[in-house]
Amino acid sequence: MHAVTETVEQSQNPKQEVKPLTGNEAIARGAWEAGVRVAAAYPGTPSTEIMESLAEFPAEDLHAQWSTNEKVALDVAMGAAFAGSRALASMKHVGLNVAADAFMSQSYIGVNGGLVLAICDDPGIHSSQNEQDTRLYAQLATVPVLEPSDAQEALDYTRLAFDISEQFDTMVIVRGTTRLSHTRSPVAIGPRKEVPQRAFIENPAKNVMIPAHARRRHAVVLEREAKLKDYLETATINRWETGDASFGVITAGTCYPYVREVLPNASVLKLGASWPLPEGLLRRYCESVGRVFVVEELEPVIEKELRALGIKAEGKQFFPRMGEFSPELVRAGFEQAGVLEPRAKPGGWALEPLVRPPVLCAGCPHTSSFMAVRASGARVAGDIGCYTLACLDPLRGLDTTVSMGSSIGNAIGMSKAGDTKPVMATIGDSTFLHAGIPGLIDAVYNQANITVLLLDNHITAMTGGQEHPGTGKTLRGEDAPKVDYEALVRAIGVKWVRTVDSYDLAQMYQTLREGIAHRGVSVIISNRPCVLDPVKIKGPALAIVNAQCNACQSCMNLGCPAMTWGEDTFEGRHKVKIDQSLCIGCTLCAQVCTVDCIRPAAAVTQ
Amino acid sequence: MSRPNASNSSAVSEELRPTAAAAKAREPMNVLIVGVGGQGVIMVSKALASLAQSKGFEVKQSEVHGMAKRGGTVFSHVRFGPQVWSPTIPKGEADILVALEWAEGLRWLAYLKPDSGIFICDTKRIVPPFACLNRRPGAPLRYSRETPAEVREHVAQAYAIDATRMAEELGNERAANVVLIGALSTALDFPAEDWEKSLAQFVPKKTIAVNLDAFRLGRSWIAEARTRVIEAEAPATRIPVPAESPYSVRLEITQEWCKSCDICVKLCPERCLRLNAERIVELAQPDKCTGCRLCELLCPDFAIRVHLDRVAARGAPA
Repeated sequence: MHAVTETVEQSQNPKQEVKPLTGNEAIARGAWEAGVRVAAAYPGTPSTEIMESLAEFPAEDLHAQWSTNEKVALDVAMGAAFAGSRALASMKHVGLNVAADAFMSQSYIGVNGGLVLAICDDPGIHSSQNEQDTRLYAQLATVPVLEPSDAQEALDYTRLAFDISEQFDTMVIVRGTTRLSHTRSPVAIGPRKEVPQRAFIENPAKNVMIPAHARRRHAVVLEREAKLKDYLETATINRWETGDASFGVITAGTCYPYVREVLPNASVLKLGASWPLPEGLLRRYCESVGRVFVVEELEPVIEKELRALGIKAEGKQFFPRMGEFSPELVRAGFEQAGVLEPRAKPGGWALEPLVRPPVLCAGCPHTSSFMAVRASGARVAGDIGCYTLACLDPLRGLDTTVSMGSSIGNAIGMSKAGDTKPVMATIGDSTFLHAGIPGLIDAVYNQANITVLLLDNHITAMTGGQEHPGTGKTLRGEDAPKVDYEALVRAIGVKWVRTVDSYDLAQMYQTLREGIAHRGVSVIISNRPCVLDPVKIKGPALAIVNAQCNACQSCMNLGCPAMTWGEDTFEGRHKVKIDQSLCIGCTLCAQVCTVDCIRPAAAVTQ
Repeated sequence: MSRPNASNSSAVSEELRPTAAAAKAREPMNVLIVGVGGQGVIMVSKALASLAQSKGFEVKQSEVHGMAKRGGTVFSHVRFGPQVWSPTIPKGEADILVALEWAEGLRWLAYLKPDSGIFICDTKRIVPPFACLNRRPGAPLRYSRETPAEVREHVAQAYAIDATRMAEELGNERAANVVLIGALSTALDFPAEDWEKSLAQFVPKKTIAVNLDAFRLGRSWIAEARTRVIEAEAPATRIPVPAESPYSVRLEITQEWCKSCDICVKLCPERCLRLNAERIVELAQPDKCTGCRLCELLCPDFAIRVHLDRVAARGAPA
C-alpha cells in the first residue's frame, strides 16, 4: 500500500468559502494552499494566468517569476526543489518541448521539495502552432499526470500533486487544456498550509546524472512507476460512477463533463490520473460493462493501454484524434457507435459567416516594420508573436514560421542554401531573449549573410502584455535590470547594428535597404512600444479629407483595423474612412497617402 | 468488499468500488454572449455569472481569449442551473444569444434553440480590414448582408437593437454592452435591482450612473419592442454597392523614363509588376491588376500611366 499521507479534502466543507475561479486561477490557488515557495514560467496561451495569479499572493509566501524561457523556468523550479522547497513551473504544451531536456533528466533525479509542472494543452489550436498531447511526454519521462476536469479539481489535484511528488519522489504534471484554463466555476478554497523547508540532500548518486548514476536511477524510475500504478488502483481521484452497464465509458479531464452532458445515466470510469494507468481497476471496470468506450481528446493514450491489456476498447473510430471536443461532438460519436439515438438535425438557416481573422492593432509598430519588409523584396523567416499575423493579406510579409526563435537559424540555412533573394529574419524582443540569441551567435560564427530585424515593442505582447528581461520590470512590477539589445548584439560580434523608430516608415525602409546591402550579419532594432501594453496608447486621431481622396487605397495596404471603406467612390473604387475611436494617430496611413489627404482630425471638417 | 466509499473523504480506500452516479439534474439555462475583441463581451458574461451565482446556481462561464485583443471573434458561454456539466453550450441549445456586433450575432445563430431561442443583437457593424481588400472598381464589401427583417423571419424571437447609438446618446458609447444587458435582463428571472447591484461591481466607478441609465434604457426598449417591431437601421444596406461595370486595364509604360528604382514593384498592392531583364518595369500578371493607379501615383519619373477602358457589357448593344 502506497498511501499518500497528506489527504486532500474533496468533499466540500460547508464552512469553506466558495469563489468563482478559472482553471488557471485554481491551479495557482492550489499551489499556494499547498505551500509552494518558488514558481517560474514563460508566458504562453492558455497557461499565462497561472503565474499571473500566483504573483497576486504575498511575496512573503512565495517567489514568482517570469523566466526567459520554459527550460529556464523548469530549471529554476527544479533548483528550488533541490533546495527543499515546494516549487512549480507552468507553461503551455509547446513550452515543454523547450524544457524537455531538463524534464527528461529530472525524472531520473526525482525531488526533495515537491515539484509540480502545470502544463496547458491547446486542443483545437486556439493560439498555438500545433496540438501535441502532453500525456505522451509523461509516458516518455515515466512521470504521473493528473487531469482535472473543472476548476475545483484543478485546485484539489494541484494540492494532491505536491503530496504525490514528495511521497513518490517524482515531479508530477497537472495537465489542463484551454477549456479548463479559461472556464470559471465555483471553487471551495482553503487556507495555505506552510510546509517546512527540507534540507538540501547531498547525494551525488541521485542528483548528478553521470552515466553510472543514471543507469541505477533508471531502475528506480521503473520501480516508482509500479508503485504509482499500485497507488492509483485505489486512489479516489479515479471515480467509478455506476449506471447503465450495457456499455461503459472511460474518460479523463475536460472530456468528462462532455460525457456526463450527453450520457447522464451511463456507467463512467473517470480517471483523475491519465498516466500511469492502474491495470487492475481498468480490468475490473471493463468486466463490469458491455462495450467499452474511451473518450479522450487528441492521442489514444488510454485506448492503446487498454488494447495492450487485451481489452477490446473503442475510441478513436468515433472520437477524432484532432481538434477540441464539445458535447455535440461527443454526442455524434456515441450516435455513430449506436448507443445513442440520432437526433434530428435542425435544418437551420444557411448563412455564410463573415471572415474575421485576428489583425494587428491600429497603430501597431509591427505594421510599419512589415510594410518596409514587404517592400524590401527579401525572403523572410518569421517567428512567434503578434507579428506572425503579418503573414496575412494585405501585409503578407513573411514566408515561414516554425517555433520560438527559429527565424534566425532558418534564415542562416536559407542563405547558406543560396536563396536568390536577400534573406531576413524577423523576431520580437521577448522571443529573441527566449531562444533567438543562440541563433544570432550561430549566424555570426558561421558568417551568414542575413539581416535580422529585432522587433522591439518592449513587452511580451501576444500573450497579453507580460514583462521580460528587456522591459525593466519583474512579474510583480518591481524595477529590474534591463537588457541593452544593441550592446548585447555587438558583444556577440555583429558589426552592423542600427536602431530605428518603426513609425518612421521612410527611415525604416532605408535602413532595411542598407542592412540588406551589408555583407554579413546585420541587425536592425525597431524600437516602438506596443500600443496596448503596458499602457494603452491613444493619440489624436486622423481623418480623411474626403474630397481629396482618390481611392488609391495605398493606406489600405496597412491592414489597419481603424480604416474601412467610406460611402463615396472615385473611379468606382471606395474612398477610405478612419474610425476616430480606434485611430491612435500613428500617422502611418498619412505617410503612405499618395495625395496627402490624411490629416489630424481636428483640422478636417467632415 | 461492496461497501460504498465515494462519500468517504480520505484520498485512499482499500479497493475502488462503484458508487452511484450523480443524479441527472434539470436542464441548465444557456446564455451565449458574442462580439469582437474590446467590446466588453467578458464583462457582460461576468456580470451575468456573478448574479446567477449569488442566487445559488452552479455556474460555468467559458471563453477563449487568446486572440481577443486583436480584433478577432470573442465569445463567452454562460451556463447556470442546479447542475452544469459541459462548460460549453451544445450547438442548438442556447436559450439566449446576446451579440454586441451584427455579423458576430449572425455567425452564432445556429447555437440558438431553433424553436424558442431569443436573439438580442446590436446592429453595430465592425467591418474588418479583410472585408475591404478588393480594389476593383465596383467591388462589394465582404460583410454580412442579412437584414434585421430577414433575421426576424428565421429566429423564434429576434431583437435588433441599435445599442451603440443609444449609448452614444447617453454620452458613453462604451455603455452599449450594458444596454444589451438591460435587454437580456428581461429574458431572465432575476429582479432588476439585483442586476443593477451586479453591474455596479463590474463597471468603472466613474461610469456607474451612465451604465445604470444604459441598463434601464435597454429594458424599456425591449418592453416597447414586444408591443411593436422597432425598425433598427438595416446595417447591410447602409453602404451602397456601386454597379460593377466591366473594364480592362492597360498600363502605358514609357521605357525611356524608367530608371529601375523598383518603387512601383515593391508597393504594388497586388504584387503584379516586375522588372524585366533590362530592369525596366513590366506588368507580369495582367489579370491581377485592378487599375488602382498606385504605381502611376508613386512613380517619381511619370513613366507609368494607367488606362481604364470601359468594355461593353456582354450581350448589351454596343
